[in-house]
Amino acid sequence: MSIIKIAGVDFRYKDVWALRDISFDVRRGEFLGIIGPNGSGKTTLIRIIDGILVPEKGDVSVNGNNIRGMRRRDLARLVAVVPQDSAMIFPFRALEVVMMGRSPHLGMLRFEGDRDFEITRRAMEMTDTISLADRSMDKLSGGERQRVLIARALAQEPEVVLLDEPTAFLDIKHQAAFFGLMKVLNGGKGLTVLAVTHDINLAAAYCERIMLLKNGRIHSLGVPGEVITEANIKEVYETDVLVDANPLNGLPRVTLVASKEKEICSL
Amino acid sequence: MKRSVVTTPSRIVGISALLAVVFVVVCIVSLLTGTSGIGFTRVLSGIMSGWREGHLVLTPSEKTILFSIRLPRIIFAGIVGAALSTAGVVFQALLRNPLADPYILGVSGGSAVGAITGIIIGAGCVTFSVPALAFLGAVLTVVLVFVIGNRNGRLDSNTLLLAGVIVNAFFSAVIMFFISISSNADLHNITFWLMGDISLADGNKIMLMSLFLAIGAGVVYCYARPLNLIVAGEETAMQLGVNVKRTKIVLFFAGSLMTAVAVSFTGIIGFVGLVIPHMMRMMFGTDHRLLLPASFLFGASFLVIADTVARVIFPGMELPVGVITALCGAPYFIYLLRTRSV
Repeated sequence: MSIIKIAGVDFRYKDVWALRDISFDVRRGEFLGIIGPNGSGKTTLIRIIDGILVPEKGDVSVNGNNIRGMRRRDLARLVAVVPQDSAMIFPFRALEVVMMGRSPHLGMLRFEGDRDFEITRRAMEMTDTISLADRSMDKLSGGERQRVLIARALAQEPEVVLLDEPTAFLDIKHQAAFFGLMKVLNGGKGLTVLAVTHDINLAAAYCERIMLLKNGRIHSLGVPGEVITEANIKEVYETDVLVDANPLNGLPRVTLVASKEKEICSL
Repeated sequence: MKRSVVTTPSRIVGISALLAVVFVVVCIVSLLTGTSGIGFTRVLSGIMSGWREGHLVLTPSEKTILFSIRLPRIIFAGIVGAALSTAGVVFQALLRNPLADPYILGVSGGSAVGAITGIIIGAGCVTFSVPALAFLGAVLTVVLVFVIGNRNGRLDSNTLLLAGVIVNAFFSAVIMFFISISSNADLHNITFWLMGDISLADGNKIMLMSLFLAIGAGVVYCYARPLNLIVAGEETAMQLGVNVKRTKIVLFFAGSLMTAVAVSFTGIIGFVGLVIPHMMRMMFGTDHRLLLPASFLFGASFLVIADTVARVIFPGMELPVGVITALCGAPYFIYLLRTRSV
C-alpha cells in the first residue's frame, strides 16, 4: 500500500533541469533515504513532495490525493517537514514553536484547546524537549533546536515526515540520536519517513530503502545492499571509495579513499 | 509543562484590559494638561460645585477648550498611534526585518510628494484637498511598490524592501526640489507636514481615520497566527498550512492602507511604528495574537503622551509631534540595539 506516488515528475529552475522523469512509490510506514551529490535534486524532490515547488510535468499524490490544487492546510495535515535549522528574526519559545504544529488543525481565529496541549505535550515528551518548553529558540543549542523542530512536526500529526538534511549541523552523538528517534517513530507509530542526507552510512544504517539520485534522475533505488555498492558510488559521486560490510550488522559501509594528487588536480 | 508560556485568550484579554486602562488614564491626564490654565484643580472644583448645582460648572470657553480642541486632538492622536504601531508590527513580521516601519515601503515619500504638491499649488484652502492629494500619492506608491515586488508572482521581501528604499530615495529628491522652489510661507507648512503634526484634528478626520483603522486592524488580527508562522520562515509557514501568497498580499495592503490614511492626515510621524512593536515584543513576546492588540493600545497611549508634550513643552508655541517621537524614539532605539540583539 503506497502512501506517496510520484509519476513522471520533471522540474526545472529557469532553464536548468533539476529533476527528470522521477517516478517511484513509497509504502506506508517505510523509511526511505534519499542520497546523491550536491545539485543532484534531493532537496528539490523534497520541496516538490511538500508542494512548495510545482512540477512542470507529472503528478505527486499523497494518500491517493493529487497534491496539485490541494489546500496548504490539508497538505500540512498529511505531510510535515523537519528543516535543517530554523532562523527566526523574532525568537519564539520552544513550546510556542511546537504548538505551531497544531496550526493546520485550527480554524483562523481558534485558540489551542486542551487536546492540542495534550498532543503538544506528548510530542515534546517523545523528543525529550519538555524541559526546554519556556526557553527561547535562539538560546538553544543546535541539537536542542533540532529536537524542538521534530516535536513541531510530530504535533502536526502527519502521516509522512520529510527530513531535509536534518543532521547537517549536528555532531555524531546527536546524529545517531536523531535517526534513532526517527526510527522509533517510524516503527512504533507507523510514520512514513523520507530523509535526504549526505551521510551514506547513516542512511544505510537506518533506511529500509535508499534512492540514489544523479543529475536529477533516479540512478538506483532499492535496499541498502543493492544501492550502496562501490560501482554505484564511484559512478555517481565520481570519487574513489571502498565499500565493505559493516562488521556489526552486515550493512554496506562506505569509506573514502583519499587520493592526494587526483583531488587537488580536480579542484 | 507550563501553559503560561503560550498566549491564551485570557492572557490577551487581561493585558489588553490593562493597556486600555493605561490609555484612558493617559487621555484624562492629557485632557487636563495644557497652557490655558484648565488643569486638575479647576476641573475638579467645577465638578465639585457641579454636584451641588446639578450640572458641570465650567465657563463656555473652558468647555470649548476641553471638548472641542483638546478632546478631538487626543482621540485623533490615539487613532493615529494605534494605526502606525499596528502597521509597524505587520511590516516587521511580513518583511522579516526588525528595522521595518510603516514607511519602509515608500508610503511616506509618496504621500509627502502629494501633500507638498497640494501645499504649493495652494490647495490648502479647499477642505481635505491636501490630505486627499497625500492619500493619492500614497496609494499610487503602494501600487507601484506592489507591482515591482510582485514580479515573480510572489511578494519577495528583499525585492519589496529594495523597491521601498529606491522609491523613498526618488521621492526625497522630488521633495527637496519642491522645497528649493517654494516660498517661505509654504516652507513652514511643508516642514510641519514632514515632521508630522496632529494639531488640526476634527470630527471628519476622526471618523474617516477610525473607519480605516477598524477595517485594517480587524483584517490584520484575523491573520495573527499566520503572521507568527511567517516570522518562523515563509517556507515553514507553507509547510504548516499557511497560504503565504494570499496572506502576504492581504497584509501588505492592509498595513499600507492604514499607514496611507494616517500619513495623509498627519504627515510623517516617525519612530512610533518602529519602536512600539519592539517594546511590546520585549514585554509580551513574539506571538502576534497578543503583540497586535498590545501595540495597538500602547501605540495609542504613546502618541497621546507625545502630542501632549508637543503642545505644552514651550508655552505659547506648539511643536510638530514628530519632533517629540523622534527625540524620544531614536535614543530608545539605540538603547535597544546596544542592550540586546533586536
